[in-house]
Amino acid sequence: MNHDTMNPARQDDTLLPAVDVIEDPQGILLLADLPGVSKEGLSIHVEGDVLSLAGTIVLPVPEGASAIHTEVSAPRYHRAFTLSRELDAERIEAQFKHGELRLRIPKKTHAQTRRVEITID
Amino acid sequence: MIYRSFIPREVIAQLDRLQRELQHPAERSPSIRGGAPGSFPAINLSSSPTAIEICVFAPGIAPESLDVQIERGVLTVSGERASALPASDAQSTVHIGERFAGRFRRVVTLPDDIDGAAVAARYRNGVLHVSVPRRAAESPRKIEIN
Repeated sequence: MNHDTMNPARQDDTLLPAVDVIEDPQGILLLADLPGVSKEGLSIHVEGDVLSLAGTIVLPVPEGASAIHTEVSAPRYHRAFTLSRELDAERIEAQFKHGELRLRIPKKTHAQTRRVEITID
Repeated sequence: MIYRSFIPREVIAQLDRLQRELQHPAERSPSIRGGAPGSFPAINLSSSPTAIEICVFAPGIAPESLDVQIERGVLTVSGERASALPASDAQSTVHIGERFAGRFRRVVTLPDDIDGAAVAARYRNGVLHVSVPRRAAESPRKIEIN
């Protein structure tokens, strides 16, 4: 097994970051763990209805150090989600602190929950 | 009847090795303290001639709630991460809940030649980086045979 974290041959490998997705009546809150990614190394894209998160991991380990034990084994994270129509991709708000991404995806105003009256005959 | 395969034998051998590695992703003799994939926080260890570098992937934690200790060559990292998931509440739904929450503690055995007194630790972008210097190695010595 190759335990060399930043081996150039493995540049295409990506890790799937752990996420929490919580929905409330106003929208969706997406939290993602992206440790090792700086604000500059993070990219959030919406293309069509696909939201993709990507980040490059930069570790403060000096060049030439050899890996003894590796659990984070790829140099970047990537994960994509399909947004549903009622979500407003134009108004996504992002906060990123201590490697934790917090994305707030609001629902379009007209799509917010409306109570459906049920008529019973 | 001799069957001849169109697939070269070394390809089959490589696939076989890959399959075995997938079944046993860890090293052949893993540490007694585990290090199974999925442990939180994940740890990478690397070594240079002058120091042991430990990267602890612990995002979203206030640095003051992280505790790092080195005792007799054993490094312990512990702390707590609050859950982001809402308390049972009719208003919100958890669709995906993969992130770790709660108290954690990981223990790593360090090599023998470390200098536990001169450790530097820094938390940046959700990674705790601990650098433990090694004691200056003795220069190689030629042993005379009488």
